[in-house]
Amino acid sequence: MEIDSRAQQLERLLLEREVEQFLYKEAQLLDDRRFSEWIELIADDIHYFMPQRRNVKFGEQYREHSDPESEISWFDEGKATLAGRVRQINTGVHWAEEPFSRVRHIISNIQIEDVQGDEVKVRSNFFVYTNRLKDEVNLFVGTRHDVLRRDADTAWKVAKRTIILDQNVLLAKAITTFF
Amino acid sequence: MVAQIRHSHSERSLRHLVDLEHGQISREIYVNDDVYRQEQEQIFARAWLFVGHETLVPNPGDFFQSRMGEEDVLLVRDRKGQIHVFLNTCRHRGMKVCRYDDGNTLVFTCPFHGWTYGTDGQLVAVPNEESTYHGELDKAAWGLHEVAQLCNFYGSIWATWDAGAPSFEDYLGPFSEGIRRCFQSSDGRDNGVEVFKPPYKWYIPTNWKLPAFSFDGDMAHGAMTHQSINTAAIGPQGELGGGGRHGLRAAFPKTEYEFCSAELGHGGHNPIFELPGVPPYVETWQTAPGVDDYYRRTREEQAKRFADQYLHGGGGCVWPNAIVQPQRILLKHPAGVGRTESWRLYPVDKDAPKLVKDAQRRYMMRYGGPAGLTESDDMENWNYASRASLGTIARRLPYNFQMGLGHAFSDDRVPGITLNNRTAEENQRARLRRWVEFMEAGSWDDIYPMKQT
Repeated sequence: MEIDSRAQQLERLLLEREVEQFLYKEAQLLDDRRFSEWIELIADDIHYFMPQRRNVKFGEQYREHSDPESEISWFDEGKATLAGRVRQINTGVHWAEEPFSRVRHIISNIQIEDVQGDEVKVRSNFFVYTNRLKDEVNLFVGTRHDVLRRDADTAWKVAKRTIILDQNVLLAKAITTFF
Repeated sequence: MVAQIRHSHSERSLRHLVDLEHGQISREIYVNDDVYRQEQEQIFARAWLFVGHETLVPNPGDFFQSRMGEEDVLLVRDRKGQIHVFLNTCRHRGMKVCRYDDGNTLVFTCPFHGWTYGTDGQLVAVPNEESTYHGELDKAAWGLHEVAQLCNFYGSIWATWDAGAPSFEDYLGPFSEGIRRCFQSSDGRDNGVEVFKPPYKWYIPTNWKLPAFSFDGDMAHGAMTHQSINTAAIGPQGELGGGGRHGLRAAFPKTEYEFCSAELGHGGHNPIFELPGVPPYVETWQTAPGVDDYYRRTREEQAKRFADQYLHGGGGCVWPNAIVQPQRILLKHPAGVGRTESWRLYPVDKDAPKLVKDAQRRYMMRYGGPAGLTESDDMENWNYASRASLGTIARRLPYNFQMGLGHAFSDDRVPGITLNNRTAEENQRARLRRWVEFMEAGSWDDIYPMKQT
């Protein structure tokens, strides 16, 4: 096995740190309801995808997640629809988010899986807590597979995001937050 | 009050809670546990319920986990190709014999003690049967519990637990043709659709009747509930024409009405046409190039097929809880007095090219379900309307169902149909009328053929 040089290890560490800080900043923008700034971090060609998850027989895990090529997913969209969601939430008459829910994104277990040119494949876990009106609480827990792309304006943009939510029947009455 | 509810045939029956003459409906029927238990017996153990579509189980051995009322059922195509619906519970000690959402199997083997059933429901094996039951177990009597009647209605699968129920077509009555058309491809061929998998399933903290009775019965909610949606421009035409969530449609001489069977409880928002045939096609898929080419061609074929027919009517709520519309099916399963398991299934032309199926699928995903831009606002209203009706004082206040009360009419062109303005509450009153009849009926003899109430 080739041992990375000290310089390579440092470079890797800096990249990890940079990616972590980007993901934290992104989560903070959502928690602070700065949706119009958040959408600026989304690449124009993003595929924003959250599959549904089936209960399947052992050996059939390959079809546990709904297929973006042919099946129905919770989210399977590009920037146009995501930007539409941002416009909707900013109307003040999107009743599912009026008044705003209290939302907190806890992002952890961040691991860089691959680096290709100006793109980084990164995996992270999320714990999203939402509290609405008095006592409505929803917990969304899962993992994300992202492709981040270096960007001249915003340092990074999210070029692809697959969100694996650990639920079968959705336990929340609606999903009106971003991941 | 609770005791009176339980004894529905007593002197003071449920009718004092459902005052249709004055359009005042007690909130009690939405929040009372005894009413809810009675609904499971009187409605869901008796009515025809939507279970699925044949394209969910295309091959022998395919199964799909569905639901009838509160209970899980298995839609299965047996090894010989016949479709069945079974209650998903082992006859020995009740364990679910299948815990997968869908798949293909030779048998259903219960994970508790190993009772094993064929795809036709027959109990085929019990471990150590000879030594433990001494050869005395009557396996033929202990198969999976199967629905009393099943109907494959142009590809859609419906079932009832009641052998005394009328045929599904009689149950649909004047809605039979309209519901049939919801399962035609866009060129007008029967059995022309398949459904995308998997269905959306989500829980709403509300009584099942609130969404089931208002869906396709509550045109008045749109402008207020969905006032944030046009800014998102989710329709197939994108921002064109103000960003409406529905596609563009051609002008055609017709009038849309609340359109219901006052006797059977079904109802939708449907047209009466002044001309035969179908409206001309209008380009509406500006956001998905190529799709209009397909739908324009199928519309031309549909126009030829129905050139001389007046296609009055259409889909709507099949009483009690299945809303069937072109390209959309919505189910509101009871899951406790204050909880609904909501399902959505999306039919699409079976023979459409992938380009069209993809565009249709993406439109439905951004439109509906709990993550769709339109329906999240419905969830908010249904949830908190239910919550705010629980209190002692709130329960004393009836809901107002007076919109269009006394203004219903009929039209010879649509026999058996009760009409009202497009924005009225006639459909909801029809569902509530049928609700009382089911809740009080001793058997199907009391409610079919329909009694004048």
